[in-house]
Amino acid sequence: MLPLTTGYFAGYQPMQVLFGLFAAAALTGAILIKDRNLKGMLWEALAVSLILMLGTYLAHNTIVNLANRKIATGFDFLDREARFEISESLIPYSAASTYGRAMLVGFLNTLKVSILGIILATILGVGIGILSLTRNWLVRQLAGGYVHFLRNIPVLLHIFLWYTAITNLLPPLRQALSPVPGIYLSQRGFFYPVPEPATGWTAALYGLIAGVVLAVAATRVARLRQDRTGEILPTGLVAILLVIGVPLIAWLVGGAPTAFSVPALKGFNFEGGTSISPEFFAVFGALSVYTSAYIAENTRAGILAVSRGQIEAGRTLGLSEGVILRQIILPQALRVILPPTTNQYLNLTKNSSLSVAVGYPDLVSISNTTLNQTGQAVECISIIMLVYLATSLATSALMNWYNRSIKVVER
Amino acid sequence: MFRSGAIWAVAALAVVGSVSAAYAGPTLDAVKKADVLKCGVNTGLGGFSIADSTGKWTGLDADVCRAIAAVALGDANKVKFVPLSAQQRFTALQNGEIDVLSRNSTWTLQRDTKLGLNFTNVTFYDGQGFMVPKKLNVKSAKELNGATICVQTGTTTELNLADYFRANSMQFKPVVIEQQQEVLGAFFAGRCDVYTTDRSGLASTLKNDAPNGGADYMVLPEIISKEPLGPAVRQGDEQWTDIVKYSVYALIQAEESGITQANVEDLAKTSKDPAVQGLLGTPNAEGKTSGNGEALGVDEAWAVRAIKAAGNYSEIYDRNIKPLGLERGINALWSQGGLMYSPPLR
Amino acid sequence: MAIEMTGPATMAAPAGAPRDVIGWLRENLFSSPLNSVLTLISFGLIVLVVPPLVRWGILNAVWTGGLERCKAVQGTGACWIFIAEKYRLILFGLYPFKEQWRPLLMTVVLIALLAASMNRAFWRPWLGLAWLLGYLAMGILMWGGIFGLAFEDTDKWGGLPLTLILSVNAIAFSFPLAIALALGRRSDLPVIRMICTGFIELVRGVPLISVLFMASLMIPLFLPAGVDINKLLRAQAGIILFTGAYVAEVIRGGLQALPKGQIEAADSLGLGYWQKTGFVVLPQALSLVIPPMVNSFIATFKDTSLVIIIGLFDLFGSARLAANDPAWRPFYVEGLLFVALIYFVSCFSLARYSRYVERLARQGDQR
Repeated sequence: MLPLTTGYFAGYQPMQVLFGLFAAAALTGAILIKDRNLKGMLWEALAVSLILMLGTYLAHNTIVNLANRKIATGFDFLDREARFEISESLIPYSAASTYGRAMLVGFLNTLKVSILGIILATILGVGIGILSLTRNWLVRQLAGGYVHFLRNIPVLLHIFLWYTAITNLLPPLRQALSPVPGIYLSQRGFFYPVPEPATGWTAALYGLIAGVVLAVAATRVARLRQDRTGEILPTGLVAILLVIGVPLIAWLVGGAPTAFSVPALKGFNFEGGTSISPEFFAVFGALSVYTSAYIAENTRAGILAVSRGQIEAGRTLGLSEGVILRQIILPQALRVILPPTTNQYLNLTKNSSLSVAVGYPDLVSISNTTLNQTGQAVECISIIMLVYLATSLATSALMNWYNRSIKVVER
Repeated sequence: MFRSGAIWAVAALAVVGSVSAAYAGPTLDAVKKADVLKCGVNTGLGGFSIADSTGKWTGLDADVCRAIAAVALGDANKVKFVPLSAQQRFTALQNGEIDVLSRNSTWTLQRDTKLGLNFTNVTFYDGQGFMVPKKLNVKSAKELNGATICVQTGTTTELNLADYFRANSMQFKPVVIEQQQEVLGAFFAGRCDVYTTDRSGLASTLKNDAPNGGADYMVLPEIISKEPLGPAVRQGDEQWTDIVKYSVYALIQAEESGITQANVEDLAKTSKDPAVQGLLGTPNAEGKTSGNGEALGVDEAWAVRAIKAAGNYSEIYDRNIKPLGLERGINALWSQGGLMYSPPLR
Repeated sequence: MAIEMTGPATMAAPAGAPRDVIGWLRENLFSSPLNSVLTLISFGLIVLVVPPLVRWGILNAVWTGGLERCKAVQGTGACWIFIAEKYRLILFGLYPFKEQWRPLLMTVVLIALLAASMNRAFWRPWLGLAWLLGYLAMGILMWGGIFGLAFEDTDKWGGLPLTLILSVNAIAFSFPLAIALALGRRSDLPVIRMICTGFIELVRGVPLISVLFMASLMIPLFLPAGVDINKLLRAQAGIILFTGAYVAEVIRGGLQALPKGQIEAADSLGLGYWQKTGFVVLPQALSLVIPPMVNSFIATFKDTSLVIIIGLFDLFGSARLAANDPAWRPFYVEGLLFVALIYFVSCFSLARYSRYVERLARQGDQR
């Protein structure tokens, strides 16, 4: 493959000179020509030819260097046996799997810690943001302190502090804290029981999904009705009933299984049940708490941006403070909160790349190992960048769509 | 016009750059021109390369750097030690940031080929082992089924570990951390049952890092891999490869011939042994030298300087590795039952 | 839950009456059942968290003495002796011990320049000259090699000076790039707009660590053989490009906030693109974006801590280096907290400054 590419790019230097001449011509033209449209086009031609020149130059160097230094190239390694183990994986993986699969494991771990982190960061952030505006002096001080303290320390330091705290403050394996039998907390992580696979549990899972869908639909219907008649329905209560009730019924219908796999100390570790590793917890905790400080600030700014008249109008109508918050303040504040919060979601996802520091096997960590084993830096770093780029663009697109859907409809 | 000035600068840079994309000259010339040998070492591994509080590097790998500098530049002190992480080491060599990599790196087929490197010699035969707390009551690595194992990323260690457990149909949970600092922190805090790395690394850790001077920890008897450690250079510069290779062999041959740091200069003048004369470039009765130096592209006293720099192999070993509690074992000379063997230096 | 719409800034006025403590308490802590519950919960949290921290960090902590005193309190109290023992390594990294007055002096110069630049009264042309001279002086101090100063290569730089150098350079050098990108993104020329948008979104879409990996491992491949740029410079270049994309968005925000009338007025005067941009648009847009620029600087200051992943010893990295000493390893956390404190103090005061500028600007608007 190498001789072919080298041959193909051998025509590079003439190409570079060509682009260079082109750039010079465009520049001269852009300076001399008076016509605005033509001038603009020449500026563009200049930019394009300069970029092409730089691009071909860098590509040429890279290919020559790779060939001279006899470094292997190409993505063939993705299909080769990885031969290293990964501590936690959402899909079946062993040392006999390929590098490609290892990277997929890493990517899924990145998604896992990012999505869960975003959820916790949002809950904490919005909560703290609201608390920072209450009339309660003490609560306000605490909320303000939380925000200032957390956001002024680098996120990497947060991760290290969390990890050090977890591994040093929690008891060793054999003295694990066990608040409830079957639940253990130690340096090795958090172990808890999970249901043994059974029809009833599968049914409950589907029930849960159905319940959430129904709850969302019910809220929509209630909202439409409110728009039409002004009547406020108890959507919150209905939603909670649906989310809990539907899976419960499904579980009962499915035979109400009660068998649990309970972790028990055996040999070196707990067996049975499932666990959350300290590495995951350090990254998850640090990222969500750090990001929540920013979301709290956004929430605060968003609420403050809601015009005071709106709230006074609500009070005049005799609405309760809770209704004012939920029905008047938050929906309007959301439009202000959302764009900067989208950025925070993206930041959290990107910051999850620091997992490598404490050994949570995210995409960067796995790519790093792969890079060390194969020596193919260009390929591995490109994979990291492309995957993150795609994830970021997808998140942005999703949030933009949501942003549009909550936009004020001008009447 | 600032803007167009900048554009012209970029254009000029690009044109100049495209013309000058020539090959790098032979490494020896570059080293001589810089008048310093850039030697890649470990950021800190007792016995191999570690900086003391005054910034002086000690260890077997560091001494190898000094010997090479002595041969190439005539001065053992003209070394710039470049501390490198496991991840950076090969790239740094490929990119020419360093002239030679002497950083406890394992010689493997794929590194020798696909990374564009040449391993020149083996300076230390190592093997991967396990360290456990004594209170775990484990006597053999075969008892480690289900254990949690701390390991540093970017090394062959990760692969050997997985291979060993697969071969013995055992399970384990790896905790793979980037930096030595955090790996050891996690292990000594109790996050893992086992810490694994090369035996020399374990010995160093037990001695220097373990709480209570290592009394609560032990190294298991199994050695699960072959780790021949040695210097590496870039492919494609045969002369430089030879200089590094024979600088190291000279140290091994010196031990065999009984040449030491203390007596090397005397022997260079007085020895009548043709083998010693050949190695040290001493003219024989007829005033002729062996021509080793000429063959390598350096002067004839090259080996004298290499030995003078840090002593022969056994002196280097005794100074750096022995204090870790590691006996010579397979690292003894071939004539004493070990694997250290220099080809004839003639 | 009652939302305080006026924000805490104005709270001091009504609450400031000291004559009635009970009234204040009722007003601020127990105004409603919900508020009382919140107060009690907060109080519970404080009781739960603060005493153990005080016990560990102050009451049981040791401040002077040797290692054995730390060993004695290990687990129950903090060992601040570690900081006393290692503060020079943490602050200045591997810079030769005897020469450490040089990075210290450089830090003082840099902080003085930053402080001066924060005062609006000093925003005069001579400030630019002061920066130029300051840079020259700082370069001489750090590198040496003339005036009898020993030459110290960049691989010895470390600690707080390195963190400051990386972040100040990042903002200073990314600024022109950011202006070009922001203008390009709003340009009428579709191709230029596409290129700038593409670059900004590409960089903002990837994590800094991947940019640093690229700087550390890939840049050497991009350059012709024989050209060798040192590691610090490569990391710096990566950070500058990365920061540039973010600052470009900040500047674009300022450009967008500019009233359309300004541009129309410039157009009607018959100004060309460069005149319009240089004399009308940019000066106004840039003065609008100072507060968010300070925030970008804070972000960059914190982000430079990632360079430890490519093996540079910034403030954070040298704290790790200090804990490499086996005897002191158990007290790594104290080192981390010390570093956290330095970051906190720096970032918090910068954030305060940013608020202050914002308030000034708002007052200016109201006039």
